Amino acid sequence: MDPIVKKYFRQDMLPHIYCPGCGHGTLMKDLATAIDNLGFDKDNVCIVSGIGCSSRAAGYMDFNTIHTTHGRAIAVATGIKLARPELKVIVITGDGDATAIGGNHFIHAARRNIDLAVFVFNNNIYGMTGGQYSPTTPMGDYGTTAPYGSIDPSFDIAVLAKAAGATFVARGTVYHTAKTVRLMERAILHKGFSVIDCMSVCPTYYGRKNKKGDAADMIRWQRDHCIDSADARGMLPDELEDKLIIGETYHHNRAEYTSDYQELIDRCKGGAQ
Amino acid sequence: MSGKRVLMQGNEACVEGALAAGMRFYAGYPITPSTEIAELAAARLPMLEGHFIQMEDEIGSMAAVIGASVAGVKSMTATSGPGFSLKQENIGYAATAEVPCVIVNVQRVGPSTGMPTSTSQGDIMQARWGTHGDHPIITIAPSSVKEVYSEIIRAFNLSEKYRVPVIFLMDETVGHMREGIEIPAPGSYEVVDRALPDPDDKSWLPYAVESDKEVPKIPPFGMGRRYHITGLTHDERGYPTNDPAKAEKFINRLMNKIELNRADIDAFEEYRLDDAEVAVLCIGSIGRSAREAVNRARQKGIKAGLFRPVTVWPFPEKEVYALAKRIKKLVVAEQNCGQIVLEADRCVHGACPVQFVGKANGSMIMPDEILAAIEGGIC
Repeated sequence: MDPIVKKYFRQDMLPHIYCPGCGHGTLMKDLATAIDNLGFDKDNVCIVSGIGCSSRAAGYMDFNTIHTTHGRAIAVATGIKLARPELKVIVITGDGDATAIGGNHFIHAARRNIDLAVFVFNNNIYGMTGGQYSPTTPMGDYGTTAPYGSIDPSFDIAVLAKAAGATFVARGTVYHTAKTVRLMERAILHKGFSVIDCMSVCPTYYGRKNKKGDAADMIRWQRDHCIDSADARGMLPDELEDKLIIGETYHHNRAEYTSDYQELIDRCKGGAQ
Repeated sequence: MSGKRVLMQGNEACVEGALAAGMRFYAGYPITPSTEIAELAAARLPMLEGHFIQMEDEIGSMAAVIGASVAGVKSMTATSGPGFSLKQENIGYAATAEVPCVIVNVQRVGPSTGMPTSTSQGDIMQARWGTHGDHPIITIAPSSVKEVYSEIIRAFNLSEKYRVPVIFLMDETVGHMREGIEIPAPGSYEVVDRALPDPDDKSWLPYAVESDKEVPKIPPFGMGRRYHITGLTHDERGYPTNDPAKAEKFINRLMNKIELNRADIDAFEEYRLDDAEVAVLCIGSIGRSAREAVNRARQKGIKAGLFRPVTVWPFPEKEVYALAKRIKKLVVAEQNCGQIVLEADRCVHGACPVQFVGKANGSMIMPDEILAAIEGGIC
């Protein structure tokens, strides 16, 4: 057995429920690899997830794991992190979980710059419920609830995260595994609110509805259309038109919430009020 | 301020009692008439190395409380009707995943935005059945500032002991009332912390118990026992299941955990009931009007008494039936259009007539209104 799978996955929970060709399994292993590379003690790592395909990942992983309610993973993670700042708190969420039903928690946790690493397993669709369009379904694409094509403009999760105040923002894909692992390591180490838009693939619902081919075709699309953020800087807008920018897109250091709260405690204990 | 007599507001007593019980995490969102609870928690918690956070909404507040409790810290939130509605999904999660927490609801007039500054007891049924699905819950309703202080400690103790969300069902009257109370000295009251598994127990599973009366011993995250928590129906390992046999075992255990420990959870006040022919049943602040009504009835030669559930859910059904069998009439008074009267009527089993006194206009039920019902015929 693969040593990462053996070391970091609950063998009695496997096999997982993901459809053949789903990108989420790759992303789960990327995360386990990143944690392994960082050498963290499993006992000190918490994985918090919401609801949806993405969020079933927590249950398979051998850490302190909590599968919460739809959209609330970041809010639950905020409680864990504030109560026990010494724990490494990682959130696995999806495009619908993080930016639709959980959008408020996403932007406010970013505003606070609380030290959470948020990995959005973005498959551009609500997979668990059978293929409804999500906030990241490209305009014009089809879902079971967009039978004539979606007229909703979509979110760019990386842009949204930066605008809300996240201090480490990146994008990875299931094709660019090594790069995604490195980005995950940096997101986890970053002291502040980190977001990685982890581009997954959903051949079963999004791919089938939108004639994107099979899983291999969808992953090849990622190979052929992604540009690293460093390379993209020198490119013209029309050259980037059908491209997806991956890698680190924003990095900035500013005061982190739990550290500031500790300072507040120290001030209060010193007699100030 | 231990052992001192102080003038205190109900909402303040709620925070001070919670701190005495060990509450060190509060997440909330501003809402009338509970706001003083958040304000005082924000001022007091950092001094005790605790954490206060004003979340972006009511749902996030309940979620953060669950997170902090999973991390091992006694946690609380406070709200009122509209916010209580928003918290319900996560309250059900806490019941399912067995995460101890206390939810204070300082009731105001509903439905909807209602009358935010006016008193009500309109959330009695929501406290029991507000979240979807069958689930265990404990609800406690205090009637005085002193009782707010002592009962919020009991709320935390029951929550920790039975790993269940406890709804602390105040009303605007109790929340904003000021009374002199004696602050008990630390050590003079019981403080319960959740039980932890034996570190040498190699066969430990998070949700395994030997009998339904027992409560799972689940350590906080980060203590070396890695396990999974989910709101999905789960087995003893905490793993999701669709197996009807496991699902039945799960829900029965969850419900029995409270039902089989009723003797420890139940609490009620009995006043002048020994020879009573008419009894008044009410909860929370209406207990005060009812007590006065009972005294006035006694002055008129009517043998009246008061039965006031302090633990409202689970409802003291055996006691109500026993009472109904030895009185001529039960008067149920509450500040709504009829909620706890439905439960009381069910438990009376026709043993005596039940007369309802209700009011949902934002003003209190006065002693004379209850007295008229004690004296009057059956409506």
